[in-house]
Amino acid sequence: MNKVINLAIRYGFLTLLVGLVVFFSIAADGFAGPHSAVFIFQSVAITGILALGVTCTLVVGGFDLSIGSVATSSLMLSAYVMVVWEQSALVAIVLCLLMGALVGLVNGWLIVRMRVPDLLATLGMMFLLIGLQRIPTQGRSIATGMTLPDGTVAQGTFSPAFLALGRHRFDLFIERLLPVSVVVLLVIAVLVFLFLNYTRHGRLMYAIGSNERASSLAGVAVNKYKVTAYVISGVLASVGGMLMSARLGRGDIASGNNLLLDSVAAALIGYAVLGAARPNAFGTAMGALFVGILLQGLTMMNAPYYTQDFVKGAVLVLALMFTFSLSARQRR
Amino acid sequence: MSTTLQLKGIRKAFGSNQVLHDIGFELQAGNVTVLMGANGAGKSTLVRILSGVHKRDTGDIILLGRTFNPKTPMDAVAQGVVTVHQGINDGVVPDLDIASNLLLEYLATGGSGFWIRQGALKKKAQALADLVGISSSLDTPVHALSLADRQLVAIARAMAYEPRVMILDEPTSSLSAAEADTLFSLIDKLREHGVAILYISHRMSDIRRLADRIVVMRDGQISANLVEQPLPLNEAVNAMLGRSMDNTTLTISQTTTPSLRLSNAVLAQGAHPFDMTVHEGEVVAIVGLVGSGKSALANVLFGINPLISGTLQLADKPYCPTSPAKAIAAGVFLCPRDRGSNAVVPDFNLTHNITLPFLHKYSRFSWLRTRHEEKRSQQLLDEIGVVYQNSNDNIGTLSGGNQQKVSVARWLSESCRLLILDEPFQGVDIQARRDIGTHLRNAAGTRATLVLVSEIDEATEIADRIIVIAEHTLAGEQINQEPDLDLLLSMMASANNLGTTAA
Repeated sequence: MNKVINLAIRYGFLTLLVGLVVFFSIAADGFAGPHSAVFIFQSVAITGILALGVTCTLVVGGFDLSIGSVATSSLMLSAYVMVVWEQSALVAIVLCLLMGALVGLVNGWLIVRMRVPDLLATLGMMFLLIGLQRIPTQGRSIATGMTLPDGTVAQGTFSPAFLALGRHRFDLFIERLLPVSVVVLLVIAVLVFLFLNYTRHGRLMYAIGSNERASSLAGVAVNKYKVTAYVISGVLASVGGMLMSARLGRGDIASGNNLLLDSVAAALIGYAVLGAARPNAFGTAMGALFVGILLQGLTMMNAPYYTQDFVKGAVLVLALMFTFSLSARQRR
Repeated sequence: MSTTLQLKGIRKAFGSNQVLHDIGFELQAGNVTVLMGANGAGKSTLVRILSGVHKRDTGDIILLGRTFNPKTPMDAVAQGVVTVHQGINDGVVPDLDIASNLLLEYLATGGSGFWIRQGALKKKAQALADLVGISSSLDTPVHALSLADRQLVAIARAMAYEPRVMILDEPTSSLSAAEADTLFSLIDKLREHGVAILYISHRMSDIRRLADRIVVMRDGQISANLVEQPLPLNEAVNAMLGRSMDNTTLTISQTTTPSLRLSNAVLAQGAHPFDMTVHEGEVVAIVGLVGSGKSALANVLFGINPLISGTLQLADKPYCPTSPAKAIAAGVFLCPRDRGSNAVVPDFNLTHNITLPFLHKYSRFSWLRTRHEEKRSQQLLDEIGVVYQNSNDNIGTLSGGNQQKVSVARWLSESCRLLILDEPFQGVDIQARRDIGTHLRNAAGTRATLVLVSEIDEATEIADRIIVIAEHTLAGEQINQEPDLDLLLSMMASANNLGTTAA
């Protein structure tokens, strides 16, 4: 009996994932195939990148609610830099990354130095950024030819190099198969996975999340690692925002509403993968993929779009139940 | 004398692990039965069965002539079997005031109706408080109380049920001597009222003070049931360990090279300044009551708090750490008290718990060399005698004493100038305590060791020199060769004789 439970905890979620793929391959025409697979990856790429960032903050026992708004701020900032300031793609990318790092630093500072609880600090930051990104354009989207508040017309355009981030596809066996965003996701996932599992720093971050006081008494620079986690989260969120901007080709003020919830869901679903019962990079990636596959499959089977959030919520609740009830029982 | 509770043939297994085999003994009304046993002997499991947390597999429990089969902890309490657990905070709600804590069950079961009637509740609460002698005002929030007072609140709460059996699981492990005395007089009062008491402790002083009978458990069986007076304590210890305890004879080391030196040190506002020297290779026990300033000293040496005034020297160089990390870098290690909140990383396995402070030694360019790490941790686990199956097992699978050994082993993996151990024997049985003590002495080398304890017995067992701390200053010291225990005790009790005994 115990063995069955242990197996269920370890492999239950991955089995479910494989089962889902098999089911949709049979039931939905055109689900199985490289293009469909790439489409799924592309649909979860941005969410996944943000989720990997929030995973780092979860590892140190924190939480970052500001990721969604960092991503949309990065979307607006990149558009503003290129369209209004008429700067190059490189300038836009560097400024966006700096913005993400700065937000992470401020979050970390609020939490570590000002002792604001993590949820509240990042919630405040979320509001602040949502508001801030609307001020320069008086709440309008950014596109070439728009009229600025001072009456001039924006002449800049998205540079082709920047747009390639969202639109270029690499050849892989099939011509023009792999979008840049998917490659970025895979690279980031591997890096975060290696960092958290195979480096000293990752180990210490897990130690902080499990017992902060004991870690500090073991000489771990707790505050430094906590701030680092928020900086990683901020930078990854800004990367996600840039990819979104490159895909849209304009600074769309209404985009990215679902980013926060989707990526937090992916990270939390990740707790259930391989019975980890704690935040982990592999689980997060699988969690994002799981949601992507489910939505793509259901869409291909003609499930209406408005059921999507319900499905995501149901998966999240099930995964959390699975994690906390089963692995809590196992531990006792 | 009448039998209150009778246990017959109790068995309990968790999976394939048979924890209790055929346990049988009786508790008499108005009698204190002390239950002794090494860590992992099955005491806690037995307590959990009696308090309704676990169910026994087979066997009978008879309470006042009727079968006792508690379904939940609440049910056990309602039938008159009350348990005061080791973790004092489990028994109280810190944010509520004393009165609400005392009447929590009453409020929870709906006995009070929908509206809270302050006046009537106060009166009811006051009656319970008077019963155990709680002197604080009843609107004091429980988090403002000392541990001992919180424990009184937990006991008073149980008194509402007119208990017939009271189980106390290591109730004195975090109390000072004066606080323990309050508890003992309460136990005396309960004894007069005819309550049958099951008292679990490792502390010989508690056992001497309270026991009417001693039941000893070893490996899930009763290995002795002692009633003759005076109680043969040595026999009890032998029954607990399964062999006779060799009396450790210490060879007192005589070293003269100073390692740590405190001059004119002031630990707290208004405390007397004092000097102290610890030599290389020396094991010094610092004895003091809870709140005497032992932990304040440890915090200063480990860079958590600064000295109010005075200077520190380590190996003849000025030493003023500003963080634990800097103290560690200077070669000063602290194994903190209360491993649960200060030392153990619950999500980690044994290896990861051990290597936590020195991960840079097990990594190259930040990449962990896990095989190297595992090999070293297994070596350390074996050296200090941890009983474990696999170094990849979660730390939570170990018994308390073994977890404590792991917390100590963590700081033995690298050599250091000064090793401080704050209450390293908390909740640890005699054998594990000896293991740790012997290892600390044997592996001392040129390291200076400070062991902070509140029991004189523990100090004489391990130290070359015993220093007494009271009221945040040094109250006296003795070489550990036929030390005058009474003098040490009186020094612990107050710092008034300062200057006359300080050597």
